[in-house]
Amino acid sequence: MIGQALNRVDGPLKVAGQATYAYEQWGAGQPLYGFIVGATIGKGRITRIDTEDAERAPGVVMVMTYHNAPAQGVRDESVPAEYWRAQPVLTGPDIHYYGEPVAFVVATALEQARAAAGLVEVEYAGGHGRFNFAEQEDEVYIPKVVNAGLPTDTAVGDFDAGFDSSAVKVDQEYTTPYELSMPMEPHACLVEPRDEDLVVYVSCQIVDAARASVAATLRLDPERVHIVTPFVGGGFGSKLGIHSETILAALAARELRQPVKVAMTRQQIFQLVGNRPTTSQRVRLGAEQDGRLSAIAHDVTMHTNPDVEFAEQTAATTRSLYAAPHRLTSHRLAPLDLPPGTDVRAPGEAPGMLAVESAMDELAQALGMDPVELRILNEPTVDPERDVPYSDRHLVDCLREGARRFGWEHRPATPASVRDGRWLVGYGMSAAIRGHFQGPTAARVRLEADGTGVVQTDMTDLGTGTYTVLTQVAADGLGLPPDRVRTELGRSEFPTSWGSGGSWGAASSSNAVHGACMALREQVLTAACGDTRSPLHGLDPADAVFSDGNVVIGGASEALSEIVARNHPEGFEAEGGTRFMGDDPNYTDYSINTYGAHFAEVGVDADTAEIRLRRMLGVFSVGRLLNAKTARSQLIGGMIWGAGAALEEEAVVDLRSGAFVNRDFAQYLVPVHADVPDVDAVVLDGYDDKANVLGAKGVGELGICGAGASIANAVFNATGVRVRDFPITIEKVLPGLPLMDS
Amino acid sequence: MVSDSDTGAAGRSQGEPAQLSAIELNVNDQVRRLEVDPRTSLLDALREHLRLSGTKKGCDHGQCGACTVLINGRRVNSCLALAVMHEDDEIVTIEGLGVPDGLHPMQRAFVERDGFQCGYCTPGQICSAVGMLTEVEAGWPSHATADVASPRIALTDEEIRERMSGNICRCAAYPNIVAAIRGIAEGGPQ
Repeated sequence: MIGQALNRVDGPLKVAGQATYAYEQWGAGQPLYGFIVGATIGKGRITRIDTEDAERAPGVVMVMTYHNAPAQGVRDESVPAEYWRAQPVLTGPDIHYYGEPVAFVVATALEQARAAAGLVEVEYAGGHGRFNFAEQEDEVYIPKVVNAGLPTDTAVGDFDAGFDSSAVKVDQEYTTPYELSMPMEPHACLVEPRDEDLVVYVSCQIVDAARASVAATLRLDPERVHIVTPFVGGGFGSKLGIHSETILAALAARELRQPVKVAMTRQQIFQLVGNRPTTSQRVRLGAEQDGRLSAIAHDVTMHTNPDVEFAEQTAATTRSLYAAPHRLTSHRLAPLDLPPGTDVRAPGEAPGMLAVESAMDELAQALGMDPVELRILNEPTVDPERDVPYSDRHLVDCLREGARRFGWEHRPATPASVRDGRWLVGYGMSAAIRGHFQGPTAARVRLEADGTGVVQTDMTDLGTGTYTVLTQVAADGLGLPPDRVRTELGRSEFPTSWGSGGSWGAASSSNAVHGACMALREQVLTAACGDTRSPLHGLDPADAVFSDGNVVIGGASEALSEIVARNHPEGFEAEGGTRFMGDDPNYTDYSINTYGAHFAEVGVDADTAEIRLRRMLGVFSVGRLLNAKTARSQLIGGMIWGAGAALEEEAVVDLRSGAFVNRDFAQYLVPVHADVPDVDAVVLDGYDDKANVLGAKGVGELGICGAGASIANAVFNATGVRVRDFPITIEKVLPGLPLMDS
Repeated sequence: MVSDSDTGAAGRSQGEPAQLSAIELNVNDQVRRLEVDPRTSLLDALREHLRLSGTKKGCDHGQCGACTVLINGRRVNSCLALAVMHEDDEIVTIEGLGVPDGLHPMQRAFVERDGFQCGYCTPGQICSAVGMLTEVEAGWPSHATADVASPRIALTDEEIRERMSGNICRCAAYPNIVAAIRGIAEGGPQ
């Protein structure tokens, strides 16, 4: 059952439009509607705020500004993770970034709230801030750690000496832009006051963090905050924490004693939920003439908001990818008065591998080597920075299998040498690696008297397939058909999980469910084998097989439902858990990662430099698959994110105001149907016995890692033009295009 | 069938009375009466007044397609339509295509081919796909059509992709969506 390509168990609800997201909950009755008013300067101070007209507008029941907002908890940096901290809003006249909420209008209808929001008059002083990354790049500081608690800098050997003495060198700078998660479901919240408690329907990735953050902000006992999030319309990092809309709805609902709901507009999402920092990355590779790497350095500078530090782990994957005796990595931060950076799908790994895997292609070109062979030649035997063995590393298998399936041998050996009509055609490839994370997660499994299994955890399903894989794991563990397992997620009264993020969700929660099932089996066997009324009485539980709703020992068999109904009519129940990876010695003793290889073919219009992705293949090694269908979908989705990063996505800052100027889907381009050709993902059979009992690892972000670089390298192979300033757009390629006879 | 379905206070003001319009909408073969603000989009009328929340709001600007419904058989971004303008129209939403226990073939194909992940753009993709196949059947050409004069259009993958490009899927289930639509167009699993 585990690993099978089971259709999503929540699929029928989703395709019928009956999966209800946060804004669509009607259990509390008719809510009031909120609308956020955002600052129209990027840095400065409110000098006057006049809400009189807005308050008099039809239907308006409240206008909240810093003058009348309730006192809130302060953001406490002693709380270890940002997403669990208080997120106070409307705390004073100071403006820290463009779009920051300055008022919140609540009315009986959405149209009224939106119209009244336009009547709030705000005057500001100031407006000038640090908005230009290029000007601040030298004003950097060194963060204590980077995201996920990873070290800021690392050094092995003597990089300078190793690099200087290398026969062939690459020393290049790559830049990546601000990017946004942009899930299709806007960040939304409905808060229902229930006596002293708050029921918070919110689109979020981590229920425990949402509860802690709401409680800390509103200074409530966390037990009084009830998070409900049965369906989440995508998150991609931007819903790891809660945002201003949730706090504003909660403050208003509490004040008004009525349910209040609010969704951010698409334009507000660009400013209010964080962004992937812009980066400048210097990559230096030194190799011997035969292609063996002697020195690798990856130095990263990125922006951060000055109040809420965020450093993507951009160089982290570089530490484990290739062998080389002399190595350096570093991360530096340049403070800008822009909205805080945050986790965006494959934080750090996505922009970092875009740079390093482009540089590897440049090295292959300089050496005159096949890029696949260059990578295989530099395959490490142990993690080169941590000096520990890898668990289950199959990067070379991915490279070889991908090259074979893709037809890599047909790659044009010389750039800009193959033409198909008006198209210059090129092939590119990249390696993929991503660290595997897992964290504290509990799950409860109940066997009911009718033989149904019920899984409960506060895990979320963002489209990641959690409902489906946990159903499969429980069905496997209890020997039930999957349609006799019901998985319930996304409620704070269920056992606490680490939520969805960092690709840790599936492994963390599935192992917890598996553990609960194993505990349940013991309970069932103890009851049955010790019960004179059971045909299993006196038999050895060690020989038991759970299959198709029955417990079988040798020739004897009894239905699970019989055992439950007779012994525990109220049902058997057990909890299972996954511990924090830092407490599991395997994560110290081994380098535990997922791996892959990307292959891309592009066509570049010989006259206009229009770039069209023609096909893409990824081959991955992720340990044991939990569901072949949903995992493939996530991997393909990640690869297409890579295509977006390579060719399209870029949020542009207005250097006068600090606003993202292209803040809608017409101007911030994400891949659409017409951009996406045949994309396929293949997963090698695997099982990582060091990762966890089930041998499973995360897949959600691996697909992005390196995907964009394979496309960038294909553009170079097609045209001979190397663009190092992402995204690769027409105007950057066109000037370098070779002149062609038509 | 006529039912009173203005589901509550939405549209009524607490302060001075708002100018509301009493209208009837024919949604999924039911005539529904409601009072709406003249500014209410068809999307908000469906979601907030009729509580048919299968139709999604992704951008409210006609840029993402999550709000796609069928009006008189043609696909329309309901966020760009005012409710008061559609009294005489037949509106079909995702709820009108099928229900979990009795899915429309296109809905079933999306489940089978895993043509979605988070599910938020999915109702729009499905309504759009159903409308799109009708357009192809009627011989409407697209940017991807090689011979725009041809009375019959071959439904290549390029045609499907071009015609579905108004529906953004950030999970990027695109290859699976195209496979689902192609399966239906070729008379696949019904």
